[in-house]
Amino acid sequence: MSLSLSILLTIALAPLVGSILAGLFGKVIGRAGAHTATLLGVAIACGLSFYVLYQLVWGGAQNFNQDIYTWFQVGQYHASVGFMVDRLTAMMMVVVTFVSLLVHLYTIGYMADDPGYQRFFSYISLFTFSMLMLVMSNNFMQLFFGWEAVGLVSYLLIGFWYKRPTAIFANLKAFLVNRVGDFGFLLGISAILYFMGTLDYQTAFDHAPELVGKTLQITQNHAWDAATVIGILLFIGAMGKSAQVPLHVWLPDSMEGPTPISALIHAATMVTAGIFMVARMSPLFELTDAALSFILVIGSTTALFTGLIGIVQNDIKRVIAYSTLSQLGYMTVALGVSAYSGAVFHLMTHAFFKALLFLGAGSVIIGMHHEQDMRYMGGLRKYMPVTWITMWIGSLALAGTPFFSGFYSKDAIIEAVGESHRWGAGYAYFCVLAGVFVTSLYSFRLLYMTFHGKERFTVAHGHAHHGAHASHDDAHGDTHKEDVHHEPGILEHAPHESPWVVTVPLVLLAIPSILIGFFTVGPMLFGDWFGKAIHVNEANNVLGELAHEFHGALNMAFHGFTAAPFWLAFAGFAVATYVYLFNPSVADKAKSALKPVYELLNHKYWIDELYFAVFAKGGVKLGEGLSKVGDAAIIDGAIVNGSASLVQRIASGTRRLQSGFLFHYAFAMILGLILLLGGYWLIGQ
Amino acid sequence: MPSINDILILLPEVYLVVAACVLLLLDAYLKPGQKGAVHWLSILVMLIGAYLVVSGQPATPVTAFSGMFVRDGVAEVLKLFSLLITAVIFVYARPYLKERAIPFGEFYTLTIFATVGIMFLVSAGSLVTVYLGLELLTLSSYALVALNRDSPLSSEAAIKYFVLGALASGMLLYGMSMVYGATHSLDLHTIHAAIVGTEWKTLLLFGLVFMIVGIGFKLGAAPFHMWIPDVYQGSPTAVTVFIGSAQKLAAFGMAYRLLSTGMGDAAGGATGLAPQWQLMLAVLAVLSLAIGNLVAIVQTNLKRLLAYSTISHMGYLLLGLVNAGPEGYSASMFYAVSYALTSAAAFGMILVLSRSGFECEEIDDLRGLNQRSPWFAFLMLLVMFSLAGVPPLFGFFGKLLVLKAAVDAGMLWLALVGAVFAIIGLYYYLRVVKVMYFDQPAEGTDVRATADAPARWVLSINALALLVLGFTWAPLLAWCQRAFAS
Repeated sequence: MSLSLSILLTIALAPLVGSILAGLFGKVIGRAGAHTATLLGVAIACGLSFYVLYQLVWGGAQNFNQDIYTWFQVGQYHASVGFMVDRLTAMMMVVVTFVSLLVHLYTIGYMADDPGYQRFFSYISLFTFSMLMLVMSNNFMQLFFGWEAVGLVSYLLIGFWYKRPTAIFANLKAFLVNRVGDFGFLLGISAILYFMGTLDYQTAFDHAPELVGKTLQITQNHAWDAATVIGILLFIGAMGKSAQVPLHVWLPDSMEGPTPISALIHAATMVTAGIFMVARMSPLFELTDAALSFILVIGSTTALFTGLIGIVQNDIKRVIAYSTLSQLGYMTVALGVSAYSGAVFHLMTHAFFKALLFLGAGSVIIGMHHEQDMRYMGGLRKYMPVTWITMWIGSLALAGTPFFSGFYSKDAIIEAVGESHRWGAGYAYFCVLAGVFVTSLYSFRLLYMTFHGKERFTVAHGHAHHGAHASHDDAHGDTHKEDVHHEPGILEHAPHESPWVVTVPLVLLAIPSILIGFFTVGPMLFGDWFGKAIHVNEANNVLGELAHEFHGALNMAFHGFTAAPFWLAFAGFAVATYVYLFNPSVADKAKSALKPVYELLNHKYWIDELYFAVFAKGGVKLGEGLSKVGDAAIIDGAIVNGSASLVQRIASGTRRLQSGFLFHYAFAMILGLILLLGGYWLIGQ
Repeated sequence: MPSINDILILLPEVYLVVAACVLLLLDAYLKPGQKGAVHWLSILVMLIGAYLVVSGQPATPVTAFSGMFVRDGVAEVLKLFSLLITAVIFVYARPYLKERAIPFGEFYTLTIFATVGIMFLVSAGSLVTVYLGLELLTLSSYALVALNRDSPLSSEAAIKYFVLGALASGMLLYGMSMVYGATHSLDLHTIHAAIVGTEWKTLLLFGLVFMIVGIGFKLGAAPFHMWIPDVYQGSPTAVTVFIGSAQKLAAFGMAYRLLSTGMGDAAGGATGLAPQWQLMLAVLAVLSLAIGNLVAIVQTNLKRLLAYSTISHMGYLLLGLVNAGPEGYSASMFYAVSYALTSAAAFGMILVLSRSGFECEEIDDLRGLNQRSPWFAFLMLLVMFSLAGVPPLFGFFGKLLVLKAAVDAGMLWLALVGAVFAIIGLYYYLRVVKVMYFDQPAEGTDVRATADAPARWVLSINALALLVLGFTWAPLLAWCQRAFAS
């Protein structure tokens, strides 16, 4: 039995059709039409993705790998569009379409009054299409297409409110930083084409062993290992898209986009494309220990140091954004120790609980009438109980509480790092363990500052608020938001619970956030669930080692209570509880006592400032220099205008030959004759 | 002995000579109010001539009068387009001549005689026929240039043309005499065979150089181009359009007959003097491209601009000839046809925009044409783009083919020179477009298309044909290639 091509095509194209309908005919079909069309498209894709997963896992279907359409052919190279669907792909398809479906639903409430309603739906459906093309691709060319397409949509959505200067700054920044990564990625793809002569996944993987021993001659007596070069270049692409240090700077700023986007693109799916890509390329990465060590170090640095920044943030979305960075670091660490299944497993659980946290944060923002600063929240639990409970579930999963989905994935990663002997594993082990404490600390800090403690806001007019007013949102953003910020902490209306289109997705995401790890950890992590989709050399198989000690999900959870990560998480919880629930003054004291550390974290290690001073300003200086010297003086002045004036001068000179005198003309003819004759006489000599 | 068969082969030419004589008589007896009839009859005569050329075309090349006259595919293409373009020119010329009171009869009969000259020239099988055809063509042309007797400019142009033309003819004849001396033959095929067979080539080379001067003069290739700007500007525009379009086909035919048929070509290994004349033509091509394109930039008079443009176009035409093989000849012939059509439209535009007391000659006269006559501004834009070689217009493919021919001949440098000058040339063509579309009309001028309806219609068709042929040029090219295939 095999998968049906028409089903796969429908999955990919249904969101595209929805996007086109909403985007190009948005005015005709109206708001309801736009969300119905896109919701329907994504729902079809989601349903069929589940069906494909079912067929692959229980239906005994063969993996699908087929070219569908040849785009062009140059020499030996065929650029084709094709699908490779195995369990890894199917899992990604389910995650992408499921989260996307819930985000579509949520958006109906969140964006209700926005003038760009149809545009927004068109973008997120287009994103779903692009992401599906990325994960379903069977060749690097299409992967790159999907890669750039999701980048484009991300750019469009970060700058969705294009009248806000901050949004435009953020989307430009995201675009530029991703360009750095994409350049590496493109070089990596080129290197694959150069060494292997193909961009088809299966052919490249089959010929991967031939890469061993090949080198790239850099200078006369200096050569680089081909596999390492390819691995590092591809990973640079992943660093851009998955926001790894030092290319992480765009992700926190991307929170300028509407919250549903933060959940879908900048937490659950797009940013994990890098993780997916490395897992998909595991046969290539397994050839090079050096590249994997590089990945390990980058990932562990990201996991710990971006998490630390999360502790000092006050914007609710930014805390979650730094948490996302940190969790992406965890996934990268898993890749670095060859625990690809662990990375993908964490990717899946993280998609659910992080989408939940973002959508919950969005719900809080709606309830607080677009106040995002946690210093003006507190005590919200009685106003918005559903949001409160689901946020707790999400945070517990994030912190790695046993039985929750995040526990299984994170614990497995930490243990895998402990088992690994790869260079850098010691540093990584420290980072991921310390990261557990940090994660727990900022997670509970967020919960306490938002939902617990005293209310740090006042209601200006004091009358109770009704659900009908539920979705005041960023639509009026420009004016509305300024009103709020005019006097922080003063609300026009009391906070309120969000409408059902917002809370239903929260509940639907809370369920997998609790349960998915428990049911899938056995087969996915320690079984042979991914089959040949993920390739690990026997020597690197840390998860295989761990599998010997695995005796079921229940056992693992109980065992988790006695392990270091749990106690570290508990310590984080305890500190957060003491500081932010019982004795808030400690926070301020600590802030002044540890001023240098606080400043360091608050300024995010001054990386933004550094980039701005060096790259942005340097770029502008370079541009100005080139413009003045290169363009204005040399190209425009000397070459363009210079050649023009030269031509003009020659022309006016030659023109004078046309004197009008007959004998001049005749003389010219005789000269021509002599020229031709003389030429032959000279050659004859 | 000449037979009736020989006369039948010459039927189109014989018919035209008779028709021209009849028209001349008719014109003498018509009352002044009825002279318009000559106009329509002349067009009819040309169209019937074109019909005779095509309908009587033999399947394989035939010769008449002991090889003096050749009727082959090359002659067919060149004659057909000469006749058609001349017919078009008659349509353009009528309002112009009428308003300036230039005698109808002389214009039409002289032009028809000149056309007969073209037809003999492109059908020449011997040196004598070449010379006779050329003289018939040029002598008629001298008279045509001087047709506007009261204009000093016109007379001056005629004198210059005549003196320089006589000089060129003299050189051509001198060259021919040397070739005759070396080969003892006037027949081009015999000369060819003799050249291939002989080792001693000095005298032949001497003759070749003089003959190339004659060809260069007729083409208007630098440095034998000096007459072109003065004659183009000085002649009545109705005559300029004839000299500038149909006659270029004749010049190509003359070059082909003399050089390829007579002096040897690169095809089939029987080279003769081909390497020598290829190099000379390459020199002429570079000079023409440079002088034509560069000097055109500083022109302010539209007719002079087109004159220099002609010089540069002849440079491109030479690029094809330099190839010295069937592919190059067909590219050149294609180019000659495309240039003749485009040039007819360009001068036709001047005729259509001129009226009594107003010669639309200066580039500035076109200012703001788009506001007055947007349709004609658009047609002029097509013409200018085609001259400049902007795809997808007809002129682009001609340029492409001759450049390709030069590359195939192993003269990449020559093709590069051609490409560079094509870019420089773009400037002055686009300047015309800029003036029409972006400049405001000058105070007190009123440039608009005032010519009669037939002229405007034919001009529209002529200019649009440049666009249509830009998409459907393949059959014409195939026809040109077939002509040289045998």
